[in-house]
Amino acid sequence: MTIKVSMQVNGKPVSAEVETRTLLVNYIREQLRLTGTHVGCDTAQCGACTVHVNGKAVKSCSILAMQAEGTDVLTIEGVAKADGTLHPMQAAFKENHGLQCGFCTPGMIMNAIDFAKSHPAPSEQEVRESLDGNLCRCTGYQNIVKSVMAGARNMHAGR
Amino acid sequence: MGASLIGARVERKEDYRFLTGSGQYTDDLTFPGQTHAVFIRSPHAHARLKSINTAMARKASGVLAVFTGEDLAAAKVGGLPCGWLITDVNGQPMKEPPYPPLAQGKVRFVGERVAAVIAETLHQARDAADLVEVDYEPLQAVVDPARACSLPALHEAAPDNTCYVWALGDKQAVDAAFARAAHVTRLDFLNNRLIPNAMEPRSANASYSRANDSYTLYVASQNPHVERLLMTAFVLGLPEHKVRVVAPDVGGGFGSKIYLYAEDVVVTWAAKQINRPVKWTAERTESFVSDAHGRDHVTVAELALDRDGAFLAMRVRTTANLGAYLSTFSSCIPTILYATLLAGQYRTPAIHCEVTAVFTNTAPVDAYRGAGRPEATYVVERLVETAARELKLDPAELRRRNFIREFPYQTPVALCYDTGDYPATLDAVTDMAKVAGFPARKAEAARRGKLRGLGYACYIEACGLAPSNVAGALGARAGLYEAAEIRVHPTGSVTVFTGSHSHGQGHETTFAQVVAERFGLPIENVDIVHGDTSKVLFGMGTYGSRSLAVGGAAIAKALDKIVAKGRKIAAHLLEAAEADIEYEHGVFKVAGTDKQKTFGEVAFAAYVPHNYPLDKLEPGLNENAFYDPKNFTFPAGSYVCEVEIDPDTGQTSIVNFSAVDDFGKIVNPMIVEGQVHGGLTQGIGQALLEACRYDAAGQLVTASFLDYCLPRADELPNFNLSTRETPCTHNPLGVKGCGEAGAIGAPAAVMNAVTDALWSMGIRDIPMPANAQGVWRAIQRQNGKAA
Repeated sequence: MTIKVSMQVNGKPVSAEVETRTLLVNYIREQLRLTGTHVGCDTAQCGACTVHVNGKAVKSCSILAMQAEGTDVLTIEGVAKADGTLHPMQAAFKENHGLQCGFCTPGMIMNAIDFAKSHPAPSEQEVRESLDGNLCRCTGYQNIVKSVMAGARNMHAGR
Repeated sequence: MGASLIGARVERKEDYRFLTGSGQYTDDLTFPGQTHAVFIRSPHAHARLKSINTAMARKASGVLAVFTGEDLAAAKVGGLPCGWLITDVNGQPMKEPPYPPLAQGKVRFVGERVAAVIAETLHQARDAADLVEVDYEPLQAVVDPARACSLPALHEAAPDNTCYVWALGDKQAVDAAFARAAHVTRLDFLNNRLIPNAMEPRSANASYSRANDSYTLYVASQNPHVERLLMTAFVLGLPEHKVRVVAPDVGGGFGSKIYLYAEDVVVTWAAKQINRPVKWTAERTESFVSDAHGRDHVTVAELALDRDGAFLAMRVRTTANLGAYLSTFSSCIPTILYATLLAGQYRTPAIHCEVTAVFTNTAPVDAYRGAGRPEATYVVERLVETAARELKLDPAELRRRNFIREFPYQTPVALCYDTGDYPATLDAVTDMAKVAGFPARKAEAARRGKLRGLGYACYIEACGLAPSNVAGALGARAGLYEAAEIRVHPTGSVTVFTGSHSHGQGHETTFAQVVAERFGLPIENVDIVHGDTSKVLFGMGTYGSRSLAVGGAAIAKALDKIVAKGRKIAAHLLEAAEADIEYEHGVFKVAGTDKQKTFGEVAFAAYVPHNYPLDKLEPGLNENAFYDPKNFTFPAGSYVCEVEIDPDTGQTSIVNFSAVDDFGKIVNPMIVEGQVHGGLTQGIGQALLEACRYDAAGQLVTASFLDYCLPRADELPNFNLSTRETPCTHNPLGVKGCGEAGAIGAPAAVMNAVTDALWSMGIRDIPMPANAQGVWRAIQRQNGKAA
């Protein structure tokens, strides 16, 4: 059974016929071909698929595409400026070596940007707790924590 | 000329694409005509395959094909090979039972592939997979490695479920030393089984071209050339030049993506059968049940000491669980990469180790970050720390009394350490961890009702695998060199092709630093290409912390050749004798004059050879090199872990972790620190969190992130890191490797700290993972005894 879904993704209106059981992440990856959003598990534990839906970080493996009907979705591909300049959170990950293999990185950044909106100067402990829904197997998190702390400061300093 | 790029914290060249979602992992690739494969997997640990009925599935919507083991057998597709032959103590080769890509006759672990369904869409393939009817006759499952020898056989070729019994060292000398020992420390260990869990699940996407009779396989692999060699020569019987294997961006490996897996073979073979691209990507639970696992040793170990605390001998008996089949390098992990490391950093004069490797009805076990060396370090360092406590000696002092201090040092277990300074790293970490203040911190914690413990680990590892002739004598069925090509373009920018593969290690940056430094170029002018058999001449890939020590050395060798040719060109351009040309940082100079040519001018002359010694020299500036290591490299270091345990809950918190490593020369300290952070975290995961559990029927009951506890950000400390540098003496860069150190040293440091905290309660050992439940139980049991 299929259904028509329409939403804004990275500022552009999109619509498509999808099977009703299609998860938002599969719609984003397979139909929109935005493959920066990753699938690292099947139990909503790893957070690699995190996107923003109406400005809030959401694990896109845990909702259906049709549940995002009419929403405004932001994926990692829509985070940098149109001219390619990195978002302050992306830049902070680069400056602080907050990524290694890069697979968890899009989800980390989407989660961190949402977190930083309400935490302009987070403590280390706050950042560590905010990362509880995102798994990384490479970095030991230390440089991700540094990145998120720096990224939050930079976002609010208007960088 | 600016500051040296060697030793500089250069931000990574590869980051931009990962940060913007433009990385290209295997599952991100979709080709015209793409089809999707789903594997039907055994729900039984051990069963006879009575029948497989695929008729309904074949008729299902969108299904293109269903394949079983019989189809592969009819097509003469071979079994998955093992790359390392171990010789049994009785002189016989190890038992190598067949490992068919799709099961034939029997299934031997939960998750073994029984059939593959290929359909137009993934949903259709999944729906059809539910229609495949498999009739199993369950058999008794062999789960416990310690009892495997006395249980029903998995394989006809190994009636007692034993693959080999292997030994290293002088047993007589060890027995004699134990007979005269003043003190013997003995521990029984389980080195817990781990599931690697790279964040990117395994994935493979194969296509076939009738036009060229050739295949292309994109696969999440750490070593595409090895994958191609094994698959073409041993399994599919294809000519190597007709198969291109590409490992694009790969989302972590930790060993688990070294191997040739059944799924890779099946999609490649199937792509020709249906003449369409076939993609398979593991769901996480499929990764849990079918990726090669790590560790899983049952060990009894003893250390003999004289009355002054000098180590006399070590005796180790290990049962290693290989799982149901031999994975690609499984046989060498609990032998060549384990027993050879049992000297650790010490002058133990006699060591004997016997390893019994057994088959069980569990997923195959192979290398996982550290691979044999964490198991060895755990044995040595838990023994040493326990001996110190038994003898009421300072554990650091006992280590100092026994450290190797002169190099080169030949161990009694086959290795020759080229260089190191073990007292220096131990002294440094003792300061860094403020060990002197520990008694006060312990007393303060006790006032809060908490138990504090402090533990050391002084690890050594053998990296830079490996001198091919040595490896060959030990049973390796491949060479272990590395290859590189330096292609200098006419305008002086450079593309480097390396046989190493980066799946998070940052080679595109580190290797570019090495090349840019040598040629005096900005790092932007150097790009690194890896992971594609159609571009890179050859390669053995990335594992065993070998990339810079072996792959980087191959690059350095190719750089030498470029400079040598450049010198000839410069001599011609400068009308000087070649012997008078000096080269430094991209400038060829006539010695003692101000006459010079830049690297760019020389490169341009090589490609536009108007003024060029064409009678003596070919145009162009492009060189290949193969580098075969002269010895292993020996990174070593000292770690201190301090823990605090809540005796009411068993919860263990790491309050301090300090690490001082000697990786030889360091090219990019930022990347090295990242490697250590990650390694330490995996080691801490092994010690405190990660429990792979099979139940008595052979069901993996920890097959998701809900059940298998990966370390999360809020469970970890900030690590204090430092390095000491004794350059490797036998490779051109002086580097040793840093990828695995943390995972090798951390488990022993953590468990030495945990057992230190519990020592006064009479607890001598506790199995890993020492999670809250495990620690709480140990405390309750001890309280029960006391009451």
